[in-house]
Amino acid sequence: MLITGTRKGIGRYLAENYARRGFIVEGCSRGEADWEAPNYTHHCVDVSNERQVKSMISDVAKRNGRIDVVLNNAAVASMNHVLLTPAKASNRMLEVNVTGTMLVCRDAAKVMMRRRYGRIVNFTTIVAPIALAGEAVYAASKSAVVTFTRILAYELAQWGITCNSFGATPIMTDMIRGVPQDKIDAVVNGLAIKRLGTPEDCCNVCDFFINPASDNITGQVIYLGGVT
Amino acid sequence: MEREMALKIVVSCVRDALEQTGTSGGEITEETVIVGPDAVIDSIGVVSLIVDIEQRVEMDHGVSITLASERAMSQRSSPFRNVGVLTDHVCTTIEEEGKAA
Repeated sequence: MLITGTRKGIGRYLAENYARRGFIVEGCSRGEADWEAPNYTHHCVDVSNERQVKSMISDVAKRNGRIDVVLNNAAVASMNHVLLTPAKASNRMLEVNVTGTMLVCRDAAKVMMRRRYGRIVNFTTIVAPIALAGEAVYAASKSAVVTFTRILAYELAQWGITCNSFGATPIMTDMIRGVPQDKIDAVVNGLAIKRLGTPEDCCNVCDFFINPASDNITGQVIYLGGVT
Repeated sequence: MEREMALKIVVSCVRDALEQTGTSGGEITEETVIVGPDAVIDSIGVVSLIVDIEQRVEMDHGVSITLASERAMSQRSSPFRNVGVLTDHVCTTIEEEGKAA
């Protein structure tokens, strides 16, 4: 299993959780991880760097002989009014969130094709369907991930690879730590289930998507909290 | 990599691709068409073939290549159009990867 963005937050939780459950987990982030776990190997990779991604996937495939599951969690967000968003910040979000997801999917799928089996879960966000002000570019990049995943599902289905998206509600990680509490409360109050998301919620959805029995579930997106 | 070795890999992968579609048979030469109206495999078969060649080169010769590179995809004539041209493209790509590494 390969999980991107494992240095902290949801990615770290998922990596530790799946490693504890006996999965061989390979993770990556731009920097070194300050944690270790049995069954876990960390790679320092920027997912928007084509050469680095290719090298990591090649290494993972060589050592494990296969990749069954990819959880594309790595993302960057810059929460700004669009009138105050620099092009550089916008480009970076698109590079990491869209191109990064594409590169990891592309190279991992080439390995999955050999065994005609694979489970890909790409992470999106509820801020896209709820059109949250202040997150225009981030939400746009994650909408792109959903569309990309829907089409990827069609392109990879013939090799037994399923591709789905998962959108979490706000979870108390570094990514939203700078967001004012009243903004978070407003989002939560707009949900059908009025609470913050948890890493366990994320893991639950991933468990469903990566289950071998979910071989007829592809191109779908699941949002937490009742968002559609 | 010697061109002869690259040709062997390409021919072997084309043969596998044909076998997978149940249309094996017939000699595979440098002129065998891969992309275009007279292609021996369909477009999805081409995708599988390209990935198969990349992986065969990496597994057998330890060289990691991407055949669908930006340069390749922007060429006026497809570098995948027949076995001979694809073989040349494999050799060029390996050479370029070696320089970039």
